[in-house]
Amino acid sequence: MLKKQIFLIFAMVFPLLAGAATVSGKVTYTGAPTKPEPLNMAAEPTCQKEHASSPVANESVVTGPNNALANVVVYVSAGDSGQAKAPAHPVTYDQKGCQYIPHVVVVQANQDLKITNDDHFLHNIHPLPKLNTEWNKAQPAGAPPIDVKFDKEEFIPVNCNIHPWMHGYFVVLKTSHYSLTKDNGSFSLPDLPPGKYTITAWHEKYGKQTQDVTISGNETKTIDFSFKAL
Amino acid sequence: MRINRKTMFVGMIALALGSTLASGQNAGISSGYITWYDGLNLSAQRGHGLYLRYCYGCHGLQGNGKGENAPFLDPKPRDFTAATFKCRSTPTGTLPLDSDLMRTLDQGISTSGMPSWRPLGHQDHMDLIAYIKTFSQRWKTEKPGTPIKIPPETAVTMDSINHGYQVFQKLECAKCHGPGGRGDGPAADTLMDSKNQSIRPYDFAEATNSSRFKCGETNEDLYRIFMTGLDGTPMPSYADQVQPNDAWDLVHFLRTLQVNRHSKERDVLKEAGGKIAAPGG
Repeated sequence: MLKKQIFLIFAMVFPLLAGAATVSGKVTYTGAPTKPEPLNMAAEPTCQKEHASSPVANESVVTGPNNALANVVVYVSAGDSGQAKAPAHPVTYDQKGCQYIPHVVVVQANQDLKITNDDHFLHNIHPLPKLNTEWNKAQPAGAPPIDVKFDKEEFIPVNCNIHPWMHGYFVVLKTSHYSLTKDNGSFSLPDLPPGKYTITAWHEKYGKQTQDVTISGNETKTIDFSFKAL
Repeated sequence: MRINRKTMFVGMIALALGSTLASGQNAGISSGYITWYDGLNLSAQRGHGLYLRYCYGCHGLQGNGKGENAPFLDPKPRDFTAATFKCRSTPTGTLPLDSDLMRTLDQGISTSGMPSWRPLGHQDHMDLIAYIKTFSQRWKTEKPGTPIKIPPETAVTMDSINHGYQVFQKLECAKCHGPGGRGDGPAADTLMDSKNQSIRPYDFAEATNSSRFKCGETNEDLYRIFMTGLDGTPMPSYADQVQPNDAWDLVHFLRTLQVNRHSKERDVLKEAGGKIAAPGG
């Protein structure tokens, strides 16, 4: 329903912009993903208590109804003319209840990433990049946000060494055309000028898939991705 | 006796290879040989020879820390291809200064397999540093960080020690190091380094009069360790979180946790009756 509304809005607005097409679709899985294990937060009693009534599960594979796959980053990996300038507004990454919120965050290269600690105890935030630079910063309770940037495109695992169940991802992209799927698995990449593009879908556990699309005018192209559950 | 020309040719190749390998083993300025290696400046070429003689057994030919001795070492040898270094004067995530790497070569890293290479001398240290920089592109594209400023040390007093204890509480150092600094905090058993190897937090009580931290032995070294963090390990940087005076107070408190090591801090504490005031008390 929502999708239809969004489409209608696009249909109304886009003819006004010269050559603005949309690539949209849905990410699903086939097979049976292993059931996510509940996280054992015994080492941090505050968090264990906080989640006692509804235990938090490992978020490396999050699915929705109708085999929808969440936390997939769908983005233009080739064909984007020129490098998009990083937007001025920062993206926030929070530590709350011994979880990273959101589990996967997307930033553009050189865009500000603001890391906050909403818990009343210490976290250390420790990204483990290969192309960007590894660092490790302590953020005790009440500490101000940590502002960082990454300049190279990369999918960076993030850990808290103190709470070993905390895992997340910083996804750094050059393009401004990206979409992060939620529980319904759908994505939309609007404002694409005519051209040939490679669209990549990335999932932290299931890897990458690509599809090529050619856009000639103001159209909406539908492409879907399907990952094999491991 | 007629020697087959082919046999002679093979023999000559074998001889040439053998002598090349031998010169590789013994190369470096100390032996007077220089190993020619494409694309390296003279210092790095000398460093290459020294590296083949002294370093590759642990750090590996590719500099990735996977030398033949690596499986038997804990902690693991440094992977130079990542250009991530524990002992730095520069902020977390930045390249160290040459003088930081020089210190590590000179002093070694205690509680690890890395010995002191002091006998090699200054020029060999410089050459080795020039060579290990060829393992990562970061040395071409980035500059070393700006060293963290360390103001002059404040006086060692009971006030400083007591306040240092409050800083220790506030920063929750005990999460890993334990309430008594014995390396037995609630997170201690699950700590992993950046190569996914199990790693123990430092046990302050284990220190004796002759022991060192991984990255030095003075109060200034201790200050630097928690400000810069030890990159590649779970020890984070507190540079954004601690003011200089608080940092010196923390240093003075941490020294009192080294119960088997003589220090000015322990003398001051002993004189005051051996008791640290609880926060607010």
